[in-house]
Amino acid sequence: MDFLRPAGWREALAAKAEHPTAVPIAGGTDVMVEINFDHRRPDVLLDLNRVAELTEWEVGERTVRLGAGVPYTRIIEELRTELPGLALASHTVGSPQIRNRGTVGGNLGAASPAGDSHPALLAAGAEVEVESVRGTRMIPVEEFYTGVKRNALEPDELIRAVHIQKAEGPQQFSKVGTRNAMVIAVCAFAVALHPRTRTVRTGIGSAAPTPIRARAAEDFLNAALADGGFWDSGAIITPSVARQFAELCAGACNPIDDVRGSAAYRRHAVSVMARRTLGWTWQAYREGNGRTVQCA
Amino acid sequence: MRVNFTVNGRPQQADDVWEGESLLYVLRERMGLPGSKNACEQGECGSCTVRLDNVPVCACLVAAGQAEGRDVVTVEGLAEFAERRDATAPGGPEQGSGTGLDEARRWQPGPGGSTPLAPVQQAFIDAGAVQCGFCTPGLLVAADELLERNPEPSDADIREALSGNLCRCTGYEKILDAVRLAAARTGEEG
Amino acid sequence: MGAGPTPGKITQTSTATRGAIGESTLRPDGTLKVTGEFAYSSDLWHEDMLWGFTLRSPHAHAEIRSVDTAEALAVPGVHAVMTHDDLPAATHYGLEIKDQPVLAKDRVRYHGEAVAIVAADHPETARRAAAKIKVEYAELPPVVDEATATAADAPVLHPGRADHHAGHVPHPNIVHRQPVRRGDVIAARTRADVVVRRDYEVGMQDQAFLGPESGLAVPAEDGGVDLYIATQWLHVDRDQLAPVLGLPADKVRLTLSGVGGAFGAREDLSMQAHACLLALRTGRPVKIVYNRYESFFGHVHRHPAKLTYEHGATRDGQLLYVQCRIVLDGGAYASSSPAVVGNAASLAIGPYVVDHVDVEAIALYSNNPPCGAMRGFGAVQACFAYEAQMDAVAAELGMDPVEFRQRNAMSQGAVMPTGQLVDSPAPVAELLRRVKALPMPPERQWLTADDSTDVRALPGGLSNTTHGEGVVRGVGYAVGIKNVGFSEGFDDYSTARIRLEVINGEPVALVHTAMAEVGQGGVTVHAQIARTELGVSQVTILPADTQVGSAGSTSASRQTYMTGGAVRHTCQAVREEVLRRGRERSGSYHPAWATAELLLEGGKVVTDGGEVIGDLAEIVGEEPIELELEFRHRPTEPFDLETGQGFGHVQYSFCAHRAVVEVDTELGLVKVIELAAAQDVGKALNPLSVVGQIQGGSTQGLGLAVMEEIVVSDGARVRNPSFTDYLIPTILDTPTIPVDVLELADDHAPYGLRGVGEAPTLSSTPAVVAAVRAATGLPLKRVPIRPEHLTGT
Repeated sequence: MDFLRPAGWREALAAKAEHPTAVPIAGGTDVMVEINFDHRRPDVLLDLNRVAELTEWEVGERTVRLGAGVPYTRIIEELRTELPGLALASHTVGSPQIRNRGTVGGNLGAASPAGDSHPALLAAGAEVEVESVRGTRMIPVEEFYTGVKRNALEPDELIRAVHIQKAEGPQQFSKVGTRNAMVIAVCAFAVALHPRTRTVRTGIGSAAPTPIRARAAEDFLNAALADGGFWDSGAIITPSVARQFAELCAGACNPIDDVRGSAAYRRHAVSVMARRTLGWTWQAYREGNGRTVQCA
Repeated sequence: MRVNFTVNGRPQQADDVWEGESLLYVLRERMGLPGSKNACEQGECGSCTVRLDNVPVCACLVAAGQAEGRDVVTVEGLAEFAERRDATAPGGPEQGSGTGLDEARRWQPGPGGSTPLAPVQQAFIDAGAVQCGFCTPGLLVAADELLERNPEPSDADIREALSGNLCRCTGYEKILDAVRLAAARTGEEG
Repeated sequence: MGAGPTPGKITQTSTATRGAIGESTLRPDGTLKVTGEFAYSSDLWHEDMLWGFTLRSPHAHAEIRSVDTAEALAVPGVHAVMTHDDLPAATHYGLEIKDQPVLAKDRVRYHGEAVAIVAADHPETARRAAAKIKVEYAELPPVVDEATATAADAPVLHPGRADHHAGHVPHPNIVHRQPVRRGDVIAARTRADVVVRRDYEVGMQDQAFLGPESGLAVPAEDGGVDLYIATQWLHVDRDQLAPVLGLPADKVRLTLSGVGGAFGAREDLSMQAHACLLALRTGRPVKIVYNRYESFFGHVHRHPAKLTYEHGATRDGQLLYVQCRIVLDGGAYASSSPAVVGNAASLAIGPYVVDHVDVEAIALYSNNPPCGAMRGFGAVQACFAYEAQMDAVAAELGMDPVEFRQRNAMSQGAVMPTGQLVDSPAPVAELLRRVKALPMPPERQWLTADDSTDVRALPGGLSNTTHGEGVVRGVGYAVGIKNVGFSEGFDDYSTARIRLEVINGEPVALVHTAMAEVGQGGVTVHAQIARTELGVSQVTILPADTQVGSAGSTSASRQTYMTGGAVRHTCQAVREEVLRRGRERSGSYHPAWATAELLLEGGKVVTDGGEVIGDLAEIVGEEPIELELEFRHRPTEPFDLETGQGFGHVQYSFCAHRAVVEVDTELGLVKVIELAAAQDVGKALNPLSVVGQIQGGSTQGLGLAVMEEIVVSDGARVRNPSFTDYLIPTILDTPTIPVDVLELADDHAPYGLRGVGEAPTLSSTPAVVAAVRAATGLPLKRVPIRPEHLTGT
């Protein structure tokens, strides 16, 4: 095994070009588990901890360009306002120690359907900035996940950053696990209101081979909210609309039975989380984003 | 490969490190610092919690090579770390205070030093928070960092800060007692 | 650079100087444990040390056609590869029945069974070499439950059994069967106004101690071996190892190193034989450390169980009869299954007075993971079922469940279904009264002072699944009965060597036992006892090893009773010698020497009136007093194989719980808000430790109630051998655990004490489940409860 320690981004890209099988390691929270348990023996480990650019972010007018190596803890502490959904999701990742090391870039690189950040990225709207010595590509996050633990990266590419739309309305994230902390998602759900475009977007984790959006549910809800004039009136969403939205979210799932949960439960839980999180975000929208919930 | 980093204020070096080794393995098996514990090696128990450039992390999930040039504090150095922090407060702990390499190599963890226990260490003993003790080193590093950040944590704050540290013996009640006790004692002194 | 504590340094002699019995006393090993210097078995290091690694079967049941180690042996850095064919002497071991192969020969019987071992200069070298061992398997259909174990064409897992249970079991795939019969259940059934018959199931729980199996074997110049090891019972390890190594017992020397928890999982051998074999083969010290994945295959688990219970009661709430059948899955090898069966059968109906009882308990051989000792040992499974039944019968009767229990609760003088008289306090009704009388935690406790929601206090916790929606509170009660000490006629004893000497003018007691300190605090208690009995302030606890007589196992809640008893007994003999010397030298100078009631206090000999008549240091002088004595509890007898009658248990212990839970009824997530316990401990030698034991035991029961299970499926394979998928409670899952300790002396026991460790693990599980039932109205007949059970998905 080789261990490469590029000191900067250009050097990292060159190393990746030269060693396309190199496994990037940042927080190590996935890669080291695989090495410790003998599930993986990469030829080359490519340490990205020294690439300072990756741990920075820029807040633009419409988006946050979040470096791939920003640990979850910093998102929770410093980007709550711009990225509330991702901050909530980040808060459910592993433990404090894991949140101190783990990164959104790593979550995208691993592309596990259970990765906690994915639903929040899908709901907020995001593009993944990937780069190689050949150049830069922007990949909409929906297109980034290509299969169970597979993503759209070419062998010589690294994730540079994620461009996430700044919240212009309330966002929520919920995750079901069978423990009250430090738990992998049985399934997860994120919702984001986009008042400017008068749309609602969703993200679902651990309930299909890849993280997904519940597009039929979004379409239904967007139409129902528009038809009922809800964005203007701020009226409470009709329970039957919320129910239908929740059912469509469950319908978007394509889950499996495994040791963490049954497929039927996952569908059911997604519908409950969809209904609840829609309720919380809509309530916040009605109150002009007033009440906040202390999510620890 | 060769790895150099600072542990508990002293420069350390390890040779012939296999690239897949974790920081935890290097500390335990190559540097004579087995205080950080190897309970799960998958980041799900917190027993190997150390400070890496001041940040609490699971040493089992840090590749040894990633620690190159960094500062590590383990439970073996916690008392000294806490003492230096108190001495230099509010500026935070002073790092890497010039111990020579030879001195570092001779250094052994041991009760021989005059450094008293950190408040959180003493509180764990006094409150009965130690049974088998395997989770204790990681909990101490995590709890010490919590009190550094938040000298008067609520019970919910304590629970959240320690939610990454599993204990199988105590049912956590006396661990909560210990952290409350350490906070109260530190508050009285301050 | 030198690394780790070397074996020479692990003599963790600890000196404690304060605290007699009854006082909360701090651990003598506390400072070492908080500074990281306490040497656990995985911390040991030796010059020239090699690393051992174990190749394990990927199949639960298969024939081994061939094993080829040539390629592995050729890997640079590999010093030895051993298979069954390389074993020098005995090929099998076991606690009671020697049915477990040291390394599998021609058949593997469970997923993860050890097939070959490797010693190399780095753990990664050993792993890579093990991967090069070629094993050809032919898979066989697995035995997975009672039906497949006893089917007409079931494969016999251990052909030609010659153990002492083989003669009375109905099928060779049944390890042991124990009925308990008393009264006339058939007649009683005709008088019952209410009958409740239900099936229950308990999943496979893991002890999940935090310090994985590990140890260091060092070959000795005399051809023997020194093993530094984390175990529960040094002598029974040695007695199993010596035949396997082909060595006399005195050449197999074990020293206890730091133990990272046990809970039953270290009662059987794990890596002990493998490390010693590799050390003797290579002539080099060999260290083996399991990682968490391997640990799940490296030790026995709690028996999963299927239980059928029928309770009959009169309209006014008197239990008439209980009939039940308990099927425990012992997995591939016997381990302690026979004793688990004995406990399950004899404690099957709980701490209640029932005149008509018909119990049958069996343990199966199967191709599931071997099961054996875990805290609560056979009583946990039964308690879950009988307490669920008590609630169900109370509901049928329209009675309060606590009142119904109290009406049928046993007390001192009751007779067990085994015919054994309960001849010490049994305050079952009082324990229930105490937990019931506690104030309730406030409603909507997740709201903070400023009326915002703290999700950490809600079901789902940090995962932010509810802000109060769907949350319903429930309250549940349970009580249990556990035996203390080894039962059924076992010659249960412990040994203590006490040396009283004068160091720097001060009398000092040295306590040497083979008791495995696994975290429970036995070392603290020993020092307290020595101080109390000998009136010294300084006590040194020597490392536990096989150079002193056996202490028996650190299990069955027995060590304070047994090794504590041995320390007390030996200290009293030392005191007699002090007094004999005193009388000999000074008897003629002071008439008080002739009186019977002389005490040792504060380094002096004092009369019961408080008059000082001698100085301890002076009497001991240059001639230390050293004695090694054994201590036995009163004898027990085996249960009759057909009726289960017999004076089988030494002592009983009782604990009651009240659980308050909040359930997100829509998502099926549970948050335990409070778990109150009341327990009779006879005498709390160290109140701080007693409370810690009760809180820790309660939390393990909580884990079984709501999250902990080893999932075995898909051809008897373990599906979740990791801390990612085998979940144990975090600090955010564990509620406040108020503890009420009663001290009603048992006159048969040292100081009147009652074993503490296990009872809280029994009643905690059914109390939590009862609370979830109260919140949801669901029957919940299986633990752990899963969200699927609560949501019908």
